[in-house]
Amino acid sequence: MSTAVAEVPVESRVHYLNASYGIKSWLLTTDHKRIALLYLASITVMFFIGGAAAVMMRLHLIEPAGALLEPETYNKLFTMHGVVMVFFFLIPSIPATLGNFLVPMMIGARDLAFPRLNLLSWYVYMTGAAFTLYALISGGVDTGWTFYTPLSTHYVTTHVIATALGVFITGFSSILTGLNFIVTIHKMRAPGMTWKRMPLFLWAMYATSVIFVLGTPVIAVSMILIGAERLLHVGIFDPALGGDPVLFQHLFWFYSHPAVYIMILPGMGVVSELVTCFSKKKPFGYLFIAYSSLAIALISFFVWGHHMFVSSQSVYAGFIFSALSFAVAIPSAIKVFNWTATLYQGSISYDAPMLYALGFIGLFTMGGLTGLFLATLATDVHLHDTYFVIAHFHYIMVGGAVMAYMGGLHFWWPKITGRLYHDAWARVAAFIIFIGFNLTFFPQYMLGYLGMPRRYAVYPAEFQVLNVMSSAGASILGVGYLIPFIYLLWSIRYGPIAGPNPWGAKGLEWETPSPPPTDNFEEPPIVAEEPYGYAEQERAHV
Amino acid sequence: MSDAAANPGLTHAGARGAAVHHQFEDLEQQHDASSFGMWIFLATEMLFFGGLFTAYIIYRGLYYPGFAAGSHGLDAPFGAAMTFILLISSFTMAMSVHAAREGKRGMLVALLLLTIVLGAAFLGIKFTEYGQKWREHMVPGLNFHPAAEDLRGAPATSVELFLCFYFFMTGLHALHMIIGIGLLSVMAILAWRGKIKPENYDRIEVSGLYWHFVDIIWIFLFPLLYLIGGRYK
Amino acid sequence: MNALSTSLALFLAQWPNLHPPAASVGAERFDRLFFFLTGITLLFTTLIFATIFYFMIKYRRRSEDERPPATKQNLALELTWIVIPALICILVFFWGASLFFANARPPQGSMEILVVGKQWMWHLQHSEGPREINQLHVPVDVPVRLVMTSEDVIHDFAVPAFRIKMDVVPGRYTQEWFQATQVGTYRLFCNQFCGALHSAMDGTVEVMSPTDFAEWLRNNATSQTLIQMGQDLFARLACNTCHLPDGTGSGPALEGVFGKQVRLATGENRVIDEAFLRQSILDPASLPLPNYRPVMPTFRGQVNEEQVLQLIAYIKSLSSAERTPAP
Repeated sequence: MSTAVAEVPVESRVHYLNASYGIKSWLLTTDHKRIALLYLASITVMFFIGGAAAVMMRLHLIEPAGALLEPETYNKLFTMHGVVMVFFFLIPSIPATLGNFLVPMMIGARDLAFPRLNLLSWYVYMTGAAFTLYALISGGVDTGWTFYTPLSTHYVTTHVIATALGVFITGFSSILTGLNFIVTIHKMRAPGMTWKRMPLFLWAMYATSVIFVLGTPVIAVSMILIGAERLLHVGIFDPALGGDPVLFQHLFWFYSHPAVYIMILPGMGVVSELVTCFSKKKPFGYLFIAYSSLAIALISFFVWGHHMFVSSQSVYAGFIFSALSFAVAIPSAIKVFNWTATLYQGSISYDAPMLYALGFIGLFTMGGLTGLFLATLATDVHLHDTYFVIAHFHYIMVGGAVMAYMGGLHFWWPKITGRLYHDAWARVAAFIIFIGFNLTFFPQYMLGYLGMPRRYAVYPAEFQVLNVMSSAGASILGVGYLIPFIYLLWSIRYGPIAGPNPWGAKGLEWETPSPPPTDNFEEPPIVAEEPYGYAEQERAHV
Repeated sequence: MSDAAANPGLTHAGARGAAVHHQFEDLEQQHDASSFGMWIFLATEMLFFGGLFTAYIIYRGLYYPGFAAGSHGLDAPFGAAMTFILLISSFTMAMSVHAAREGKRGMLVALLLLTIVLGAAFLGIKFTEYGQKWREHMVPGLNFHPAAEDLRGAPATSVELFLCFYFFMTGLHALHMIIGIGLLSVMAILAWRGKIKPENYDRIEVSGLYWHFVDIIWIFLFPLLYLIGGRYK
Repeated sequence: MNALSTSLALFLAQWPNLHPPAASVGAERFDRLFFFLTGITLLFTTLIFATIFYFMIKYRRRSEDERPPATKQNLALELTWIVIPALICILVFFWGASLFFANARPPQGSMEILVVGKQWMWHLQHSEGPREINQLHVPVDVPVRLVMTSEDVIHDFAVPAFRIKMDVVPGRYTQEWFQATQVGTYRLFCNQFCGALHSAMDGTVEVMSPTDFAEWLRNNATSQTLIQMGQDLFARLACNTCHLPDGTGSGPALEGVFGKQVRLATGENRVIDEAFLRQSILDPASLPLPNYRPVMPTFRGQVNEEQVLQLIAYIKSLSSAERTPAP
């Protein structure tokens, strides 16, 4: 379909990248595609900052007595790693980059519902990042990204307020993005695009946006209360003054648990797009996958207490939270089975995006199943706050979300930049990342079962071998992430020019030139057929 | 470079009408989107205040005597006056939306100004109350040395905790009022300059949604903070 | 090459035993559930990976013009892979919940050890009197109940070999229990990040045979048991001037009150447990009693958490048949 169009050299065609030049045209843009690139630059910087902290931590942990750092410094590093990676990388990653770029295009619109709010959200993000980086540079925070009280309110002298303020401000960036997506998806679908004709990526972004909008305000309140308590010492969380330190945990996890679904749902949306394109198949169980996203978003608000089974929470509350945590696992399992079944009788190609997608499915399965250990009341007691938990969430967030992000970045890179990247390097990097990742985090399951606690700057000598394995893996993983950074940047200038649809994918975004014009579509597209029409024999359902 | 070349979307603008932003197809879609967007924003605000309300409810249950004592130290008639003022302001706000839809510029400006004045009156009373609390040395953390009769027999820590919530919740509400007044001032200026027409009256409607929401938050705050434990023995 | 194989051999020789000791009654039950979950995880992960791998190879793209057949939806398959995982989840949930509930209730007559965590050490108090720091000596095959609180931030007392863990929270008491089944030395960890020296807040649990433990108690005997310490403190702080045994003092008599229900002046009903006693010592104004004027002063700042526990132990002893006479 697309290859028949003559390739116009990029430079002589006007598109969103060359429609206007100059720093002001970027910093004051309201084009969702340019804003997506602004975010891409920012979160990449934050990813490498958080990654640098991780590298230092893993180097330090080679020795049981600590190889590199004072305990206080180690504590600051794991705190900043968590804060930066969670709030400034993972939560915005896919929504603010791929989401911003693709939601209007996939829906057949010229832009999001509120383009200026979109730009504002980036400035809000940068402001929050500025506060947090200020805290980092002026000595760091050492409370853990979870800010548990009364440690964070009464017992540390580090820059808690600056960091809490950074998190508070950046939260509004998420809220604005989510609000924008919800209104866009509800009100601006192209003629003929019913909900059931939307690509699964849009269902995933919608479900994510619901969590953005309903969950983020509560972390905002939690951060305000921390700051107020530090400044005023009134006793909100101080038991000596009648406060309840565990109340903070409830308020914190009420957001932070749905937050982890903010991190994974967009990745699942990306994987749905990749698996279908690279097997040339309509997704098996489209509606099941779509509704699973909504179910996950809904149930995610009711499971926060599974972080608190041994916090002195009532055992009856624990009972309910555990049951609901199993319930939220089922829709995820449904997706994994449906993706796998989509491959059946497909025409599967091994392009880099597909390698990332398939890696996601396997690693997310393992990460998700280890979540069951933690949802189960009795086993969580032993595994809580050990390296088992760290392994579990890194399997989902790195083996899952980051791999999906990389896959999506590679998949839509030609659309975004108009260039193709170096294919062989991309596949090599995907393998290196996969190997490095498993070597880093699989030993951590064992460390957790053996009892090694989290957030330990020094540890008993018998845990050394597994720690060394993990650190070795981390160095491989680090190299793995650097390689795409290099060839993707290189491709912007020197990569072969991409056509509108190098992958032969279905979707409205592929019916535009690469890169697209500022307003995406010459005429608003009319959607008359089901999505993912890969097989000629597909018959349109109503 | 002509406008059309720099911004291809504008070539369609003529067909859609100048009031329609380039991402929308028509006025109806734009109005729809902006109202819906405000409703979603209000949902986030509910969750925002909701966190504070939850913490308040938990501590009220644990420290009822302190909370009742603190509440009795608040001026309920003032609070009732503030409630009344806000209710009237919601009425004037609703009427201004009607005026905007009808294209009645003079009435629109007048009603917006009236709403602003009522909002300012609310804030005036609120800050008077804050000043009174400061003079009584009943401001948590910053200036808390209550006289014994102000504690009414309840432990000082619980009264301080109550006042903490009082200042946070009414302060956050007052902040939203200030933002609302700012928003309405901008709308009033636009209306005065004739920029509000029936085609884009949705700006007033959306501002009205925000104003009503802030009003409703106060409707909950007033009894929760001012009317604990009744007033008559 | 030789150096490589030597270092690899050395490396593997240090390979840890991947199965930590299962040294308590609960640990063995835990491990059964844990290994069942491990089996499920490995099964499904292998299943998914193998299926993907198989499909990747069998259905690899052989030409760019390939048009795969249309996807046929299969509701029966969907329901199967919803129902089967759901059934497994239900099974595991109930198994885990029942084990959890069993572990939440210490058996009657457990040996009680009081634990106070503070930055960055553990104080452990036996009722016979000995006090330990970062170490706990217990006899084998005896249920032991830990009553815990913190002086400052939230800590956590975890013994991986027993598979137990519970947060230690300031301002309240938490508990956990275990029954050790094997003599030996086992690590204990602080398992909730508590500040700069969190990773230094570890220690050991020494499980001893009954005779060895009795000997240890003798070698470490203190002049007073826990209850006697409490009784001493009760007198030193002049509690006995108001809490007269015949109830004629300004405060209620404390004989036999532990475990009873009481109705406060606010109308609320409370059980007189450890938490209630702690609250009445540190914040008496919050527990007004009918028939008594609220004149009890607070002892916050005058007693630390360990001393509060001593007082509680003494008051509890006033409810039991055996009373320890004053020294």
